[in-house]
Amino acid sequence: MSSDKTTVSTPASEEVPPPAVPAVDPRLLVREQGFAGYITEFKRRVKGGELGSMPVVAALIIICVVFQLSNSRFLSAGNISNIGYYLAGTGMLSIGLVFVLLLGEIDLSVASVSGLAAAIFAVFTTNHGMNLWLAALLTIVIGVIIGAFHGFFLAKIGVPAFVVTLAGFLGWNGLMLWLLRKTGSISVADKGPIKIMDMNSFFMNGDIAGAYILATIGVALMLGTSLFDQTRRRKAGVPYRATSEILLRTVLLAIVSYGVAALLNNYSGVPDSLVIFLVILVIADFVVRRTTFGRKVFALGGSLEASRRAGISVPAVRMAVFSIAGGFAALGGLFVAGQIQTANTQAGSGNDLMLAIAAVVIGGTSLFGGRGSIWSALIGGLVIEAIQNGLDLLNMDQSIQYMITGAVLLAAVIIDSVSRRTQRSSGRA
Amino acid sequence: MSATPVLALRGVSKRFGAVQALTDVELEVHAGEVVALVGDNGAGKSTLVKTIAGVHPIDEGSIEWEGKPVDIVRPQDAQHLGIATVYQDLALCDNLDVVGNLFLGRELLRAGTLDEVSMEKRSRELLDTLSIRIPSVRIPIASLSGGQRQVVAIARALIGEPKIVILDEPTAALGVEQTAQVLDLVERLRERGLGVILISHNMADVMAVADTVQVLRLGRNNGTFDAKSTTNEEIISAITGATDNAVTRRLARNSEAAK
Repeated sequence: MSSDKTTVSTPASEEVPPPAVPAVDPRLLVREQGFAGYITEFKRRVKGGELGSMPVVAALIIICVVFQLSNSRFLSAGNISNIGYYLAGTGMLSIGLVFVLLLGEIDLSVASVSGLAAAIFAVFTTNHGMNLWLAALLTIVIGVIIGAFHGFFLAKIGVPAFVVTLAGFLGWNGLMLWLLRKTGSISVADKGPIKIMDMNSFFMNGDIAGAYILATIGVALMLGTSLFDQTRRRKAGVPYRATSEILLRTVLLAIVSYGVAALLNNYSGVPDSLVIFLVILVIADFVVRRTTFGRKVFALGGSLEASRRAGISVPAVRMAVFSIAGGFAALGGLFVAGQIQTANTQAGSGNDLMLAIAAVVIGGTSLFGGRGSIWSALIGGLVIEAIQNGLDLLNMDQSIQYMITGAVLLAAVIIDSVSRRTQRSSGRA
Repeated sequence: MSATPVLALRGVSKRFGAVQALTDVELEVHAGEVVALVGDNGAGKSTLVKTIAGVHPIDEGSIEWEGKPVDIVRPQDAQHLGIATVYQDLALCDNLDVVGNLFLGRELLRAGTLDEVSMEKRSRELLDTLSIRIPSVRIPIASLSGGQRQVVAIARALIGEPKIVILDEPTAALGVEQTAQVLDLVERLRERGLGVILISHNMADVMAVADTVQVLRLGRNNGTFDAKSTTNEEIISAITGATDNAVTRRLARNSEAAK
């Protein structure tokens, strides 16, 4: 990903002042209209400690520059494709974990569940000859049930999630070892869903147009929803985003997505795994931000008592969230099985768990609930995958990888804490 | 003021194990009336409010809603009737913005998804009609002051178009300015024709906004006063049970001795 692209600021021209504004309190933080307003708002946010995803994006750029300087293969098309491909597996676990962390809970079992899912899938298909699609679906359903099982103990019995999922971490890992006890690993056929998650499976068979179509869909989706939202807000007489701001955002997204598309096309297109991951990210983000369910998840993360009094069924939401985490864990397990075309006893170790959690936290989702975004699964996952991949290229030992990843995680949490403190002192937390 | 009270409690009793928390309590709230519920700690104010709000079902007696007897056994029952309660701990979600909190559990939907635009519009209208001033409806509750949170919590109770609003110690933790704002808000609720039950320890607040003062003492009614024609002393003596306490006994003894 190139970082030196700059955008020429689009002039604020077509701004129509809103009709007859009622008298405003002088203390109110009123946003000026137009592009200038966007800039002042941005400056105010940075000063107030609302850094959002800026630190992690900066970190990602620094990581890319450092690795690129030490090994010129790092930003090569093939390697970027590689990072994108391996991003999807743990990325799935991370999406599920975002839901759990938004709730203010933790799920330590996701990696074990993903390993178990791969084993179950292998037993279904290889040992029993089940249809691969059916087996994949069934495996995900089992993941959901396992998650609901965890959620039940939290929501109905009142066992802390930490303990329930720690038990799950051990128990499901044990069940996986038991399933694979005879051979130690079962290979899965490279067909159907596994074929799609294969390293050599690319969107539209790697046709050049494929990547650009995806980039166009993404940019059009963003521009379309922003403009639609702006029109509705303008009609309803509530504050809306300036057209110049929407254009700036769209241009930024377009530069990134077309840049990545061009880069991936230099190799052999967009890996199918990455496409699935991105589509699921968009869907999950929609669920979190635009549905009542998502609102309930945030509410529970903010205050259990307030949610209960607002008539939200706390147990139902908790169970649903843990089911989602279980389902995503199983899906992630299938991705990993697709990567190596086997289910083996090494899958779903504690390290996968730690990396999945670290990705979400690095991406900016709070461990304490109620604050975060689905996109942290992507952005944090990119950081982790970039570090691992870069250190691999430098032939660094795994021990060094862990130490560096640990340091990055610590840095992310420190930035989060400091920015939150700044937010508090400027009254915005 | 209408003849039939919106809400009436007739001979309500409530027992917790060995403790008789409420005994034969009567209470009437009319539309457009502010009833202050006063009493010492442990007098049964909170218990009474919780029976109305459906947290504790009553043991004996009856509750009448617009003249008809009703059963309130769950918080939802009270909500369906049109009773909104603002508890002392405001129970707002710090991480959600004002709009999110106002509509929590009652989100407006459009094609199955959250209709943020309509919710924001209605929030602004509601806050405007109540003359509530907050920096923006899109900032998280965490960045509001205590008084602002209190008015948001009260505004939140109004989203469901209730007929009775119960305010539990709304001014307890507030400064002078914020207290005045909340009292203004209580008066505006009355102007809108809502019945308000106000629990407070602060006599100045009670005398400032209440129409009727209902005194509870040891779980029983201990006098109903018209706020216009009563005095602080009268109410305080009803709260403390001034006819039988150390102060009056001592006064009586002293006046005996003086003779």
